[in-house]
Amino acid sequence: MTEVLTTSAAPESSPVSPKPAFTTKDMLLNMGPSHPAMHGVIRLVLALDGEIVKSADVEIGYLHRGFEKDSEVVGWGQVFPYTDRLNYVSPLINNVCYAMGVEKLLDLQITERCQYIRVLISEVSRITDHLTCIAACSMELGSMTGFIYLMKAREYLYGLVEELTGARLTVSYVKVGGVKADLPEGWLERLETALVAVEKEIAEVNRLLTRNRIFIDRVKDVGIISKEDAWSVGFTGPVLRSTGFARDIRKDEPYLVYDRLDFDVPVGALGDNYDRYLVRMEEMHQSIRILRQCIKQIPGGAVRVDLTGRPLTGAEMVDSAKMGMTADLLLRTVRPDPTLDGAEKSRAHLINADAKSVVLPPKEDTYGNIEGLMNHFMLIMEGEGLKPPPGEIYIANEAANGELGFHMVSNGEGRAYRVRCRPPCFYLMQGLEKMIVGDMIADVIATFGTINMIAGELDR
Amino acid sequence: MGVSGDQEGFVTSRLSDGIAWARKWSLFPYPFVTACCGMEYMSVSSAHYDLDRFGAAWPRFSPRQADLLLVVGTISHKMAPVLKKVYDQMCEPKWVVAFGVCTCTGGFYDNYATVQGIDRIIPVDCYIPGCPPRPETVLDALIKLQAKIQAERHSLTGSVVDMRKG
Amino acid sequence: MSESPTTVHPAIEKLRAQFADAIIEVHAHRGDHTVVVSPERYHEAIAFLHNDADCSYDFLTDLSGLDRIRLHESPRFEVIVHLYSTARNDRLRVKTRPADGEAPTIASITDIYPAANWPEREVWDMFGVRFAGHPNLKRMLMYEEFVGHPLRKDYPVNKRQPLVVERPVHDTHQPRLFYI
Repeated sequence: MTEVLTTSAAPESSPVSPKPAFTTKDMLLNMGPSHPAMHGVIRLVLALDGEIVKSADVEIGYLHRGFEKDSEVVGWGQVFPYTDRLNYVSPLINNVCYAMGVEKLLDLQITERCQYIRVLISEVSRITDHLTCIAACSMELGSMTGFIYLMKAREYLYGLVEELTGARLTVSYVKVGGVKADLPEGWLERLETALVAVEKEIAEVNRLLTRNRIFIDRVKDVGIISKEDAWSVGFTGPVLRSTGFARDIRKDEPYLVYDRLDFDVPVGALGDNYDRYLVRMEEMHQSIRILRQCIKQIPGGAVRVDLTGRPLTGAEMVDSAKMGMTADLLLRTVRPDPTLDGAEKSRAHLINADAKSVVLPPKEDTYGNIEGLMNHFMLIMEGEGLKPPPGEIYIANEAANGELGFHMVSNGEGRAYRVRCRPPCFYLMQGLEKMIVGDMIADVIATFGTINMIAGELDR
Repeated sequence: MGVSGDQEGFVTSRLSDGIAWARKWSLFPYPFVTACCGMEYMSVSSAHYDLDRFGAAWPRFSPRQADLLLVVGTISHKMAPVLKKVYDQMCEPKWVVAFGVCTCTGGFYDNYATVQGIDRIIPVDCYIPGCPPRPETVLDALIKLQAKIQAERHSLTGSVVDMRKG
Repeated sequence: MSESPTTVHPAIEKLRAQFADAIIEVHAHRGDHTVVVSPERYHEAIAFLHNDADCSYDFLTDLSGLDRIRLHESPRFEVIVHLYSTARNDRLRVKTRPADGEAPTIASITDIYPAANWPEREVWDMFGVRFAGHPNLKRMLMYEEFVGHPLRKDYPVNKRQPLVVERPVHDTHQPRLFYI
C-alpha cells in the first residue's frame, strides 16, 4: 500500500513553508495466475507507482506439463499428440515442425503433394492463431463484437480442419514421412468458400477496430519496444516484425514449398501494440494469398478411385478372412472405414514417403496381407518403431508466434533421447518487462493481448 | 425454517424446486482457464454454440461473485494451491465442473508436473471428458449439471444440502 | 560423426584459429554444424563469436541442456547454444560440457546475449547446472518447493511432489509404477 508521511512542519497552504516530505512505497500488485486477461496462467507481480508500472516480475510455469520428459518416454511417432498441445491455437504448425525434425534426422524426403498439404494446413493454422489473438485482445479492450465475429470466422476454419483431420483442435494429423490422410473430395473448393467468408469477417472487424478512436487510443504508442531491444532479447515472429525487423523464416530459410509461393512479409515501424495488431491483420491476408496459390498449384489433384465389383467394408473382409473364406477375396476392392478416408492405398503414394521403416502401411495392406500387418506391428509396438540413426538436429519453422524450433537428439532407439522445444513465446515473455514498464496497468492488458502468449507453448 | 428432521413439507419442497430452477438458469461461471480446453470454452461461449441460452454466458472473474467453478484445462502442481484458494473463496452454493480430461484424471500427462484429476484437490460435480471436449459435449454436461442442481434441496437460508458430503 | 572436409564452416575455422586448444570436437550432421568447446574458455568463445566481424552471430536462438548419462558419456551434462547470424544467414551450434561434480557450473552468457537469461534459468531448473554470474538463478517452470531436477534421466517421469494435500480418491486402476 502507498504510505504517505508528512512532516509536522507548516501546512501546505502557507507560501513560505517548506514542501512537506512525502515517503512513498511502491504498491505490489499481483496479476494472475488465474486472471481473465492472462490468456492462460501467468503471474505478473507489478510494482506500481499509482497506476504506472515501475517494474514487473514475470513468473511462468503454471502450465508446465512435462512435454520434454514425456517425449523421452513414448516413441517418436507418439509425440505428435503432445506437440498439438504446445501452441494449441495453431496445432498443425507444431505437428509439421516436429515431423520435419524427425524427417531431418532420418534424412527422409517427402512427396510434393504432402509438402503442399503441409503448407496448406500450416497457413490455415496461422490464420486461426491470428484470429484468436485479435479476438481475445479486442474482447479485453471492450470489443465483444470483434470477438464474436472472429470466433465465427474461426468456426469456418475449424469445420474444415475437422473434415480433414477428424478433430477441431488437437489434431495429430501429420505423421513422420507424410500426413495421416489425403484431402477429402471437394475440400479445396470448400476451403475457397471458407476463405471468402473469413475475409468478409476480417474486413468487418477491420472496419470496427482499425480506425476506431477508442481502440487507437488504447493501443497506439503503448507497449513500445525498439528493434535492437527486441532482437537482443530473442524476439521472433510478428512481434519482432512490428518493430521494423524483417525476419521471417519462410523467406530467409525457406522450407517445404514456400520458395515457390509469392507472398509479402508485413513489417511495422514503431513496435507498439497498434503495429502488432496491424501486422497480424495483414499476415492473415498474406496467408489467404498463400492458400489460394496452393489450391492452384497442388499436384495430384483429386484422385478418382475406380471400383470394380462390389466394394467390401474393411471389417467384412477381415471377418471373412478370419473364417478362412478367402476364395472370393482375390482382386476385390476394399473400402476402408470413412474415418480412414484419404488413407487408401490408391492415395498413399501421393502423401507418404516411400519408406517402409517409417510410414504406416495403408489399411488395405495391414488387413490384407501378412507383410503389411507385420510392417504395421513393428512400427507401433513398444520398443520398436521408427529408429532414426544417432545424431542431433535443430529444425526451425515460422510458427504463428515466431520461430518454433525443435532440437532433437537420437541415440538410435525407438524413443527420443531428448526433444527440446524452442518456444517463441518464451523469449517474448522475457522481453515483456521492457514493454510494460512505464505504461499503466490498463496498458498491460493491451500489451499482453497483442503478444499472443500461449501458455501451452511457454511452459510446455 | 420449520422443517423438523427429514420431514419435507409441500411448501418447502416447492420452494426448493423454485429456487433450484432459478439457480440453474442463472449460473455465473468462473472460467478457470489454463490450457487448450480454453479454446473450446471460447467456442462454446461464442455465437455458434451459444452458452447464453442457458443463462450461463456472463463469466464472473471474481470467485466471490461466481457460483460455478469451471476448471478448464490442465492443473499442474504449481497451480493446485491457486485452484484450492479460488475454490475456498467462493461462497455456497457452488458447483465445480471438471472440463476436459486433464481435470478429470490428468489426461495423458501422467508425469511429475500434473495433478491426476482435480477431484484430488476439490470436490467435483460434473466431469466432462474429451481432449478437448466438443462444444456439444459441454452443453450436454451443462444440462446434466442443471438436472443435478434441480435434484438438490435448496432453502431460503441459502444453504444447499450437499449431496457430496452425504 | 567425424568432420567432413568438404563442409568446412568459415566461422568454425576462425574460431579454431583463435581457440585451437579449447575446441574439443567439430562435426556436421544433416547440415547442422556443431563445435564443442571446453568449459573454461566457453565464455570467451561465445564472446568471440558474437563480436568478431566475420562471425557476427548476433542472435541467440536457444540455450538448452542435455543429460548424457544414458549415452554412457562423460562429463554428464552438456549445455547447447544455438546461434544465428543475420548478416550471413547462418546457424551454428556451440556445445560445452561442465565438469561433473555436486554442482556442475558453467559461465553465464547473459552479459553477451541478454536472451540467455531465462533459458539458463530453465536449464538450472530442469538439469541442475549452475550458471556463474547469472543475475537471478531461480527455478523457472517448477515451484521452489520441488526437490530434484526433472529432466535428469534418473528422475522418474511420474514421481509427483504435490503442494496441496490430496483428497482420498478411489483409484480404480493401479497407477503406473515409477519408471525411468
